[in-house]
Amino acid sequence: MSARRTIEVALGTSGLDAQGLPLRAPLVAQGGAAVALEALPVTAEPELEADHMLINIGPQHPATHGVLRLVLELDGETVVRCIPHIGYLHCGFEKIGEYRQYNQIIPWTDREDYLNSPGNNVAFALGAERLFGVGMTERTKVLRVILMELSRIISHLVWLGTTSVDIGAFTPFLWLYQERENVYNLLEGWVGARLTTTATRVGGMAADLPDGWLDGLRAFLKGFPKTLEESVRMLETNAIWAGRTVGLGAMSAQEAVNAGLSGPMLRASGVAYDVRKDFPYLDYETYDFDVPVGTAGDVYDRFLIRVEEMRQSVRILEQAIRRLPDGPINIDDPRLILPPKHKATSEMESMIHHFKLVMEGPRPPAGECYVAVESPKGEKGYYFVSDGTSKPVRWRIRPPSFVNLSAIPKMVEGHLLSDVIAINASIDIVMGEIDR
Amino acid sequence: MTSPAPVPANVPASPLPMSAVAADENGSPITPVNVPRTGAPANPTAAVLASRFGVAVLRTEVIWGETTVFVTREALHDIVRFLHDEPSERYDYLVDVTAVEYRDGDRPLEVVWHLRALGHRRFLRLKVELPKRGALWVPSVIDIYSGADWLERECYDMFGIRFEGHPDLRRLLMWEQYKEGHPLRKDFPLRGRFSRSEQLKQALAADPEARYSMEELNIAEAFHSLPADMKQRLAERAAHGELEEGE
Repeated sequence: MSARRTIEVALGTSGLDAQGLPLRAPLVAQGGAAVALEALPVTAEPELEADHMLINIGPQHPATHGVLRLVLELDGETVVRCIPHIGYLHCGFEKIGEYRQYNQIIPWTDREDYLNSPGNNVAFALGAERLFGVGMTERTKVLRVILMELSRIISHLVWLGTTSVDIGAFTPFLWLYQERENVYNLLEGWVGARLTTTATRVGGMAADLPDGWLDGLRAFLKGFPKTLEESVRMLETNAIWAGRTVGLGAMSAQEAVNAGLSGPMLRASGVAYDVRKDFPYLDYETYDFDVPVGTAGDVYDRFLIRVEEMRQSVRILEQAIRRLPDGPINIDDPRLILPPKHKATSEMESMIHHFKLVMEGPRPPAGECYVAVESPKGEKGYYFVSDGTSKPVRWRIRPPSFVNLSAIPKMVEGHLLSDVIAINASIDIVMGEIDR
Repeated sequence: MTSPAPVPANVPASPLPMSAVAADENGSPITPVNVPRTGAPANPTAAVLASRFGVAVLRTEVIWGETTVFVTREALHDIVRFLHDEPSERYDYLVDVTAVEYRDGDRPLEVVWHLRALGHRRFLRLKVELPKRGALWVPSVIDIYSGADWLERECYDMFGIRFEGHPDLRRLLMWEQYKEGHPLRKDFPLRGRFSRSEQLKQALAADPEARYSMEELNIAEAFHSLPADMKQRLAERAAHGELEEGE
């Protein structure tokens, strides 16, 4: 009896149905007498060696979401210490950026946090525009908001899907990836690429919306919340999901701020810091949306926060569609923007202009700036230092999941080995961004 | 070369120069527009630091609306501690630690700290200049911000700047036996110092996945339970003096 009861309690179900009757019929012996469930005889545990064990997870392990390696010291099944190893995907993006013109770096931003490529493109363009001292047109501003929020949705969808697979639910993964596919179809229609979008340019966009694109977005916004709510309903009150996420990897607000966490990781701990609200860009202060904040800071709260952020992204997208103005997408600045193709092939001056812009590249004045945006993972910042030449002296990526992951020893220590998978999944790491 | 429809890039919303952290008349945050390259108002913290720390604060620059305070490395730890603890400042959030090396060989290396005060909604950049001929070290701030751990390790890995006081200053992105130097230094060629064949040889020899550091092995006193070939390899490396400190 006691063993049975323990399982029911651990799963969070009372063992009673809505009418207060037991879910399972009581065991009866042949003849109708109830079987008395007696406590199992207690046997003394065999004396095991008390040595701590060293366990290696990764780098090639499906639950590490890439090539993360965790060396864990275990006492029985409890993690005593965790030593993360990263760098298996390091390809020197920042070094390469020092040898590229500004517009040539944008394809590299696709490849760092590859679940959020459009958002990275926008962040890069915002930073470079600050460095060049130029703004953007009103239409571009709204188009970029659409990009940022779409990429927030796809990144969170991948997170929710893969995390549910990690924890043991496969169905939401398929439903959510179908919605992600819809967003990628939209992106493909707009910029021609699905994963590596390279959607922005310094001072504008790669392309304007094709005809009818907004109808596609409206259709997505109509169908997506339904799928999201269905998937969330599968998980939110699911006993297994709750049992594997509630109370895990909790960080207090003070710890989280001190560790430099950002994004849903920080907000789950109760700190309402969102770059869109606190240090706005792209006129985010004029959009009506809420920033969800958790209380416990555990894996379950992070799940709730990300789900709510997707709902808020839908709100922002609906507002952006309503306010999208007509007009050009590129600023009128010949230092940055290429002449139209038909002119470059027919007029001498335009051809020279085109040639010089492509071969020499635009030159920002000497200076430096740090521009941060709220990426799905947290505060993503680009720090540029220019010495007046067409290539940056330093291009630094402030990767949110890098800082979030660095707190993993604090989060997993004291938890079970199986919980390490859930906690690691809740950080939403993308190794392309962490190793760069 | 004229575009068909000239559009003003950004009409100034107010005649006042805006800094990178802007607010409307009610004090609520807004998107900064038309941030001037120089001449934006400085973060008030810069004046507080200058009056409190005197000569340890070398100079203040405001560029693109962001305030940079240059400080001496001896005073850096005290200044960060002050910024973190002082109730009127409360720079409680360490955004980033990184370094900058300029192409001009005479300019000193700069170590950069980006700090945010979440409550007061401020952003500050601290810089320490390190002459290239001198020893490259700065104090670690890991005792103030636990998030500085990996940021400092990465900076050490990429630039060779030592963060004195960091308890575990190992390479982070490159493997521990990496011998080519510090990749983000300007004297480090884009394709690396060694030839491709040598790089491949070293990368294969490093075999970082199969390796545990001695520190990790000591945790569990697991050396005796290793497979024989690994034990032998570790022993050989120790005999040849290849095992460095911390391995």
